[in-house]
Amino acid sequence: MPSPCRLVGERLTCERGGREVFRDVSFSLDGGRTLALVGPNGAGKSSLLRLIAGLVRPAAGTLTLEGGDGELSVGEQAHYLGHLDALKPALTVAENLDFWIAALGGDSGLSRDDALDRVALGKLAELPAQYLSAGQRRRLALARLLVVHRPLWLLDEPTTALDVASQGRLFELIAAHLAAGGLVVAATHQPLALAYDELRLAGDTVS
Amino acid sequence: MTALIALVVRDLRLAVRVGGGAFVGVLFFLAVVVVMPFAIGPDLNLLRRIGPAILWIGALLASLLALDRLFAQDQEDGTLDLLLTARTPLELVAAAKGLAHWIATGLPLVLAAPVLSLLLNLEPLAIGAVVLTLLVGTPALTFIGLVGAALAVTLRRGGLLVAVLILPLSIPILIFGISASNAAVTGGLPFGAPFTILCALSLGSLVLGPIAAGAAIRAGLD
Repeated sequence: MPSPCRLVGERLTCERGGREVFRDVSFSLDGGRTLALVGPNGAGKSSLLRLIAGLVRPAAGTLTLEGGDGELSVGEQAHYLGHLDALKPALTVAENLDFWIAALGGDSGLSRDDALDRVALGKLAELPAQYLSAGQRRRLALARLLVVHRPLWLLDEPTTALDVASQGRLFELIAAHLAAGGLVVAATHQPLALAYDELRLAGDTVS
Repeated sequence: MTALIALVVRDLRLAVRVGGGAFVGVLFFLAVVVVMPFAIGPDLNLLRRIGPAILWIGALLASLLALDRLFAQDQEDGTLDLLLTARTPLELVAAAKGLAHWIATGLPLVLAAPVLSLLLNLEPLAIGAVVLTLLVGTPALTFIGLVGAALAVTLRRGGLLVAVLILPLSIPILIFGISASNAAVTGGLPFGAPFTILCALSLGSLVLGPIAAGAAIRAGLD
């Protein structure tokens, strides 16, 4: 098991499209813990996740993953599950997942078939992704987090489109990840069904 | 390395399955070349003389066709975000996508060129020269186009702009490609000099294109 990590953000400021989204946000998250980002629409929950993933550059502040691999950026040690599922409709479920196993790189986790079973898509492996429902697409995107091991999970509204049973499975997967010393940062409007720390983003106070 | 192979294989699969891709380019190429004799008239000598130029212009325009979707598609469905968090340098990702794009759209143009040459009354030697220059030159067109495709990600709906941005940069390739082909047709002038310059342009763009495309994508991060 890799050594426990700690994610520390200090006085992060984010600007997008010339507008300040949030300013001086600081947090620290220990291995095995979940950080829930809460706040109204437009408060910058998704922006903060994208910033941690390295998809948006911080206007100020520092972000470090202590105990991680110093040669890699934080984003390269994180799984980013955004609003978009990053699936190619013309490829089958198995091909989509195989591609991410090869493309993401890093320590391998579960095998493809095990991961698909875990998100209850095992029987649909040969189906082109275009025929999946929104919830099934979401579950296939989740399977990506299982096939490649990365310590930090960044989840943007992870329960979107998932039915109750699937949400239960999602929280089981998150709990297993946390038990192995992983970290989870999730933007959410609903309370998560597990213990978490809360980071409240204020929203329109800066404008 | 496996990541890059996976990327090339995936892009080729998508090009074949989604349909269009390769064949749209070849059809466009065919259309340009077939229409040309009707416009110019049945002057076989004239056609033979300007045939290489017609083929090159057709190939240039056809290769511009599919370029703007190269990265934009991956950006729209979120794939590009994840490729940025992958542990493969973005420049190599861009190069792999360029390679796949060339195999899917550039290579079919090269393969179609000998058949289309017959419509323009080219001789076997000239056909050989045109195919050889296209084989060397189309990768350059694709890899210069990579930069425009990467810019299209930031610009959104920048399809037309990509063609406008890329066209001036591909003029040198057009010039040396055609002059090498003409040298083989008319004789007298050496074939080697323009051809080696074409090779140099191609090799240069293979290196610079992905680097510039990577920088363009990073600069457009938001």
